[in-house]
Amino acid sequence: MDLFSIIIVLVYLLATGYLGYQGYRQTKTAADYLVAGRSAHPVVMALSYGATFISTSAIVGFGGVAASFGMGLLWLTFLNIFVGIFIAFVVFGNPTRRMGHHLDAHTFPELMGKRYNSKFLHVFSALIIFFFMPLYATAVIIGGAEFIAPIFRVSYDTGLYLFALIVAAYVIAGGLKGVMLTDALQGAIMLVGMVILFITTYSMLGGIVPAHEALSAMKDLVPKGLQAIGHRGWTAMPEFGWSAAGAPMPDALRHNLWWVMVTTIVMGVGIGVLAQPQLIVRFMTVKSKQALNRAVIMGGIFIFFMTGVAFIVGALSNVYFAQREKIECRIVAENVLMDPGADGKAKLTLVPENAADEVKARAKPFVSYRLSGDEERQPLSYVMQTPGTVITRGVDGAPDILEPHLVAVARSVTLGTPLGGNSDTIIPTYVKAALPHWFAVVFLLTLLSAAMSTLSSQFHTIGTAVGRDVFEEVTHKRHTEKSILVTRFGICIGLLAAVIAGKVIRGNIIALATAIFMGLCAASFLPAFVGGLFWRRMNKAAAVSSMVVGFVSSTFWLAFVNGKTAAGLGLCKFIFGKDHIVPPTWSVTWTVVDPLIVALPLSILAAVVVALITKPMDKTYVDWCYGGPPPKAE
Amino acid sequence: MLLGFEDPWVCTVYILCIASTLLCVVYGLVNWNKGEETVQPEDVQWAKEEKEEVEETL
Repeated sequence: MDLFSIIIVLVYLLATGYLGYQGYRQTKTAADYLVAGRSAHPVVMALSYGATFISTSAIVGFGGVAASFGMGLLWLTFLNIFVGIFIAFVVFGNPTRRMGHHLDAHTFPELMGKRYNSKFLHVFSALIIFFFMPLYATAVIIGGAEFIAPIFRVSYDTGLYLFALIVAAYVIAGGLKGVMLTDALQGAIMLVGMVILFITTYSMLGGIVPAHEALSAMKDLVPKGLQAIGHRGWTAMPEFGWSAAGAPMPDALRHNLWWVMVTTIVMGVGIGVLAQPQLIVRFMTVKSKQALNRAVIMGGIFIFFMTGVAFIVGALSNVYFAQREKIECRIVAENVLMDPGADGKAKLTLVPENAADEVKARAKPFVSYRLSGDEERQPLSYVMQTPGTVITRGVDGAPDILEPHLVAVARSVTLGTPLGGNSDTIIPTYVKAALPHWFAVVFLLTLLSAAMSTLSSQFHTIGTAVGRDVFEEVTHKRHTEKSILVTRFGICIGLLAAVIAGKVIRGNIIALATAIFMGLCAASFLPAFVGGLFWRRMNKAAAVSSMVVGFVSSTFWLAFVNGKTAAGLGLCKFIFGKDHIVPPTWSVTWTVVDPLIVALPLSILAAVVVALITKPMDKTYVDWCYGGPPPKAE
Repeated sequence: MLLGFEDPWVCTVYILCIASTLLCVVYGLVNWNKGEETVQPEDVQWAKEEKEEVEETL
């Protein structure tokens, strides 16, 4: 990190801090506009909403997934724009605002509690948020740390702690207040960064169609591990189908990628965004339907340039890495052996000279190097050595040139990752390697902005969930010193949990953690939320059933059926002694079906059936929810 | 290979992404002046409470 970069970052942090201070002094949060009976400018509103919506998770995590899986991920961009912006603003926005104001609800759990006159729903939904939202915050924090590490040339752990410090400073400086101009500035920086990334990538690769054609032509380079689960190239959807029960391995795995991509990544996040508590509350700070109508314009454009660009550039990074990457460096050693473990799936470790022959036989060769300008104390970089690797030794003090000729996911394989690589590092590596240094700094600001705006709303939601929704609801005391303390304590716990998780679960995790949280929100909250807004018959029993069924079936599926999450959690192994409970006589495709596919329909079914067979809620109460006078106290 | 994509499903979604962005733009422009509502006392009351009870806590 040179002086120029440090100055740019400092200027950014000072500008953000100044705007935050101005906003604090001149009281310009969304609520202030509303108190004054005014509306924030539609562009400010849309940028601020978009910045909350899109985080480092979407850009770094999902961008990296697109680099591995391909452009089929654009289905998520389509849902992000059509469902996350258009449907959310046009269909959900205004009813949410009106009901929230009329019932005097300030958080999502409070809205549920008041709409259904249920303390249980209020506290239960708050607890889901408090315990699970830190998982999403973890994804955002890892996204920041994965980028800071290569840019500052520090280890991932140092990057993580540095990032956590910046976040903590931001929170203490009042970053959670949701000052509109700060959010909008962050949104604007994100937009500029992603537009530059979009244009430079396409122009570097010769234009839109030539870039796509070059990527299409690379389908034979798809790593064998990905081909085995149905990857058919980066400009094609994975192989669709359902493996027959008892089908032999490895044929039985041929449809896994389609189910992971479509059910977990695309649907989990694409639908889950409608049930995001921190985004739902945003609608309550809007003045009118007109403000939402106007903000749709910028909202749609913003999301296109965020996730659309991240996924397109992520996939196209394969062309750059495989055909164009030239690393100016000093080669330290060739044929450095790394061991992927007996099963070939462990994290790579350096093979010592005196290692057993079997370890040496299964080890893979790497090239170790130092980037030009790196100091001796900085850790070595490693890249996989293949027959395609080209090394040109520099003469007369000129640097060596290393051409790895690897696809993106293979390029991400290094010391400490498994042989499958770490897709979370692909976008940071691409930006650092392919684009000018000044852009890497601009992109760092883009990511800082993306992370800050999302994290601030996440920690705001985590804090109010425990302080306002659980503590105040249980103690029946409003806005006391104790509840403020509990809120702040909740934020600290959330931040700490997110940082600890960021240290423990690094590697191919950003997109998965985000998708798990969003899927859980969709299955638990969506039927109660949508039913509450649009269906007068929806009652307390139906909402409770739907939320409990959605939550329990989701967590059960995560812990016992979905192969990846169940193995990661280890609960299934602890109880049943195996990674998942899908019997060998069933199709293995079950193990890659996302919980959402089962839990959301169950949750909807529970809501509809229970609402129809139980007594409707008191008419006066329901009338009140939909704008009528308050029911008389009994 | 339309637009250089191998699979029509990917080509379709590439176009759908652009189309849905255009939908947002057109919808916003067509409805630019629709949906104006006067601020009700309950809206202001909500905003005041949000400021006092929620934002000041953070």
